[in-house]
Amino acid sequence: MKGTPAPAGKERSPTATKPAPSTASLDVKGHFPIFAVREGEQPLVYLDSGSTSQKPKVVIDALAEHLAKRNANVHRGVYRLAQEADAAYDGARAKVAAFVGADQATTVFTKNVTEAINLVAYAWGRANVGRGDAVLISQLEHHANIVPWQVLCKERSAELRYLEVDERGELSLQQLDAELARGDIKIVAVAHVSNVLGTIVPVSEIASRARAAGAVSLVDGAQAVPHMPVDVDAIGADFYVWTGHKALGPTGIGVLHGRRKIMDEMEPFMTGGDMIASVDFQSATWNELPYKFEAGTPPIAEAVGLGAAVDYLSELGMAEVRAHEQALTEYMLGRLAEVPGLRVVGPPEADRRGGLASFTIEGIHPHDVAELAGRAGVCIRAGHHCAQPLMRCLGVGATARASVGVYNEPPDVDALVEALLRGREVFEL
Amino acid sequence: MDDLYRDYILEHYKRPHNFGELEPYDLTAHEHNPLCGDELGVQIKVQDGKIADLKFQGHGCAISQASASIASEELIGMDLDEAGRLGADWMIDLLGIDVSPTRRKCALLNLKVVRGAVTGDGDWPA
Repeated sequence: MKGTPAPAGKERSPTATKPAPSTASLDVKGHFPIFAVREGEQPLVYLDSGSTSQKPKVVIDALAEHLAKRNANVHRGVYRLAQEADAAYDGARAKVAAFVGADQATTVFTKNVTEAINLVAYAWGRANVGRGDAVLISQLEHHANIVPWQVLCKERSAELRYLEVDERGELSLQQLDAELARGDIKIVAVAHVSNVLGTIVPVSEIASRARAAGAVSLVDGAQAVPHMPVDVDAIGADFYVWTGHKALGPTGIGVLHGRRKIMDEMEPFMTGGDMIASVDFQSATWNELPYKFEAGTPPIAEAVGLGAAVDYLSELGMAEVRAHEQALTEYMLGRLAEVPGLRVVGPPEADRRGGLASFTIEGIHPHDVAELAGRAGVCIRAGHHCAQPLMRCLGVGATARASVGVYNEPPDVDALVEALLRGREVFEL
Repeated sequence: MDDLYRDYILEHYKRPHNFGELEPYDLTAHEHNPLCGDELGVQIKVQDGKIADLKFQGHGCAISQASASIASEELIGMDLDEAGRLGADWMIDLLGIDVSPTRRKCALLNLKVVRGAVTGDGDWPA
């Protein structure tokens, strides 16, 4: 959503081009203790939610309360405390599943998205991908959705192919159809929202075309679930994965939703305690879903914390969260355009991207951009964002990235732009 | 004045000394900084046990580019043995600014590459 370009050679006054005040609507910063201003410290301007989100007090309290009042191991004890821990853990699973319209029996807790994708690449991939088969991913994937497939394909002498990113930062459904028509693709694995470009990928369309062609599909929703309404059932992918710490929850907990028929047929990923039905000296049988995929003591307190996080997000309403972040993103794109030499990558329209903007500034390396912002108290990320193949497609070594969360407000964006303009002065540009 | 991006740092960043291709050369090495994807290579011409000439190639942040540029001035003419023994403190002192722990590798990348070329030891300088 670009404004009319200023006439060449004319001085632009910042107030004249400043976008209209954003319609960002949520006012929840006060729910997040980390933003409490400490005596003598500059306020925290946090624009790195694409890396990890800050946590509302209700999540911090839920974690502490669980550890203080209901801590016991799950699925083993008959005493009351253990039953309370069971109820808390499985209750959290029910909340998390309901939050994205998934079935709780096929909702597995993992450590993070990386582990969830590895689970699928090992437990499903090793049984279903062989010589002459292909795996289709895209050029905008995070390393978590690249490397497990590289390893699988190498091991199985299968081919790893990529959907290309066009100059707008989007994927082509025509290329998808052409790839699927070759008849060798076993699984299509794509991000729901790109962590670098912000592109919202048409995952429902991709999943249905994959199914029609006899391929399985996986969607990496790490950058989607925390920021917009997601209905896993409606999307219709065979696997949908996301992570707790980007969704206002604790680290150490990820989520895998799978289609029951496929998960029933899959062998376990990791083996050991809790995931078995019975064990004798030479063999074992597997527990029912979802426990078959949860070997060992699970992240119990983390699940409880994530349960509190999705309760909090549900209360805000995910449609409101999306509206707030989209308005803020539109405001951010408009204000970033005021910085001379700044180039944003990815779709130009806020309604086609998640709440982030990756950019470069002519004459300042992205690491220096992040350093200059950091000295002004503005937290942004710089680097390859765990997406080196995409960086190569974009023809850059790195970008700086500002990403928003529910707690951000227009003044956070103003502080970023101010820091970038100051940074250009430091670099004498 | 900014305590990190001092005038001379920015001057070296914008117009780095001894960057380009050296033909022919005797020693070479190439490194990535895995944190940021920056890369730096070096080509060295040796004469009488000394670094007779040296050029860097690559791209990176102001700290990594300025460090390489500043170091190159000292390295040309230095005994190979001495260059191979240079430690992190040499580079940090030469740079003359406070480098935070996260930017330390930016400052040391050039020395890592040079040591890799001279001694074959590709570890980060201690």
